[in-house]
Amino acid sequence: MLNQYYGDYLTVALFIAVGAILVGGAVGASKLLAPKNPGGFKDVAYESGIEPVGGGWNQSHIRYYIFALMFLIFDVEAVFIFPWAITLDAFQAAGRGVFILVEMFLFILILLSGLLYAIRKGVLKWE
Amino acid sequence: MNFWLELIIKLVAILGFVLTGALVVIYAELKAGSHMQGRIGPYYAGVRWGWAQPLADGLKFLQKEDLSPTGADRTIYGLAPYVVMMSTIAVFVVIPFGPDMVGRDLDLGIYFILAISSLSVLGILMAGWSSANKYSLMGGLRAAAQLIAYELPLVLAAAAVVVQAGTMSMNGIVLAQSETWFTVAGIDVAMPFLLKGQIISFIIFMIAVVAELSRIPFDMPIAESELTMGYLTEYSGIRFTMFFLGEYASMIAFSAIAATLFLGGYAAPGVPDGLANLVGPGVMLLKIALLVFVIIWIRWTWPRLREDQLQRLAWFWLIPIALANIAVVAIFKVVF
Repeated sequence: MLNQYYGDYLTVALFIAVGAILVGGAVGASKLLAPKNPGGFKDVAYESGIEPVGGGWNQSHIRYYIFALMFLIFDVEAVFIFPWAITLDAFQAAGRGVFILVEMFLFILILLSGLLYAIRKGVLKWE
Repeated sequence: MNFWLELIIKLVAILGFVLTGALVVIYAELKAGSHMQGRIGPYYAGVRWGWAQPLADGLKFLQKEDLSPTGADRTIYGLAPYVVMMSTIAVFVVIPFGPDMVGRDLDLGIYFILAISSLSVLGILMAGWSSANKYSLMGGLRAAAQLIAYELPLVLAAAAVVVQAGTMSMNGIVLAQSETWFTVAGIDVAMPFLLKGQIISFIIFMIAVVAELSRIPFDMPIAESELTMGYLTEYSGIRFTMFFLGEYASMIAFSAIAATLFLGGYAAPGVPDGLANLVGPGVMLLKIALLVFVIIWIRWTWPRLREDQLQRLAWFWLIPIALANIAVVAIFKVVF
């Protein structure tokens, strides 16, 4: 019937759909059961019981952006580590295990020096 | 069996497992936490031992008004719990409870889990941003920074297991752990990866799991004493329940992943191949329960880390150690 490839995608898609249906069903049931009395002060953003000062969208510290950048670099690295880990067996069988090992070490070392640079630059300092 | 019939049975089974599992874990947390602090915990609901407390909570949340603050971005605000729940349920596709008791044994396995589980960061960031509340925004940003920082040790610790197993399929990883490692007095001994040199990966993985769940000691994003409830401040009623349920569901999911990667998954010593599908789910549930208990135990006994300490732990210690760990595992694999 369905081949392996489409079966995989279909299963994942349906599981994700079930997650959405679960939330949708619960929210729908709540719509039926819960009271609805808008107005008053309950829709005002919570700020320790006083009226909120200014808007909700404030400026935030730049460090979060730098964390995101660093994450991107290391996550891409992790993406490369997985195929390497899978092919390790094949390379070893072909007698080139040490070669591929050294290749990966060079890659990891370059990235580690990147982390070291970021630390020396004070990216992770919190003041 | 018919593909569709099988798929529907699996969907219902997983959904039932996730929901009842989450309720059981919530109850376990209420009870275990109380006893660790010399209290009794829920007592009256359900006549004995307060077993119906999570159910009663859920029903009460269902009847509460679903508020959204003025000035909120309502579309995003409404969609955030969907994103969190969808990514959590999708993780269960590849978790094996037996050789055939698996949603779908994808070749990508653990890789798929790591990819899809990090989608929940998006949901949390959506929740924090769309609430138009200062606490929510700060909590959302902290959560995002924390989740991405601990995503890396999580991924790298899993990569070390993949290096040793030589496969990313979750079933393949379980099989790699039930292979005979050595033979003593004619008895074939198989070892889980935890005892085959992956102890450092396991510790890093569990620390990262606790951080990914934003639980104490890593609960800076929802630190009550300074951020009220972080990105959940404005959520009420059923949408809040969905976040709450999602948190406990992903606690089960991450425990199941750790059990599969490090504790041998559904495999147990002395189980004949013919019975693996029958006994497997029970073994797996036991291992999940053990890890869930450890996570609960950590929560009720540790103080909270400060935000900068939390970031330093990830970037200074866990990521370099995880990278070195991969190197050591690879050297052992190639050289010996």
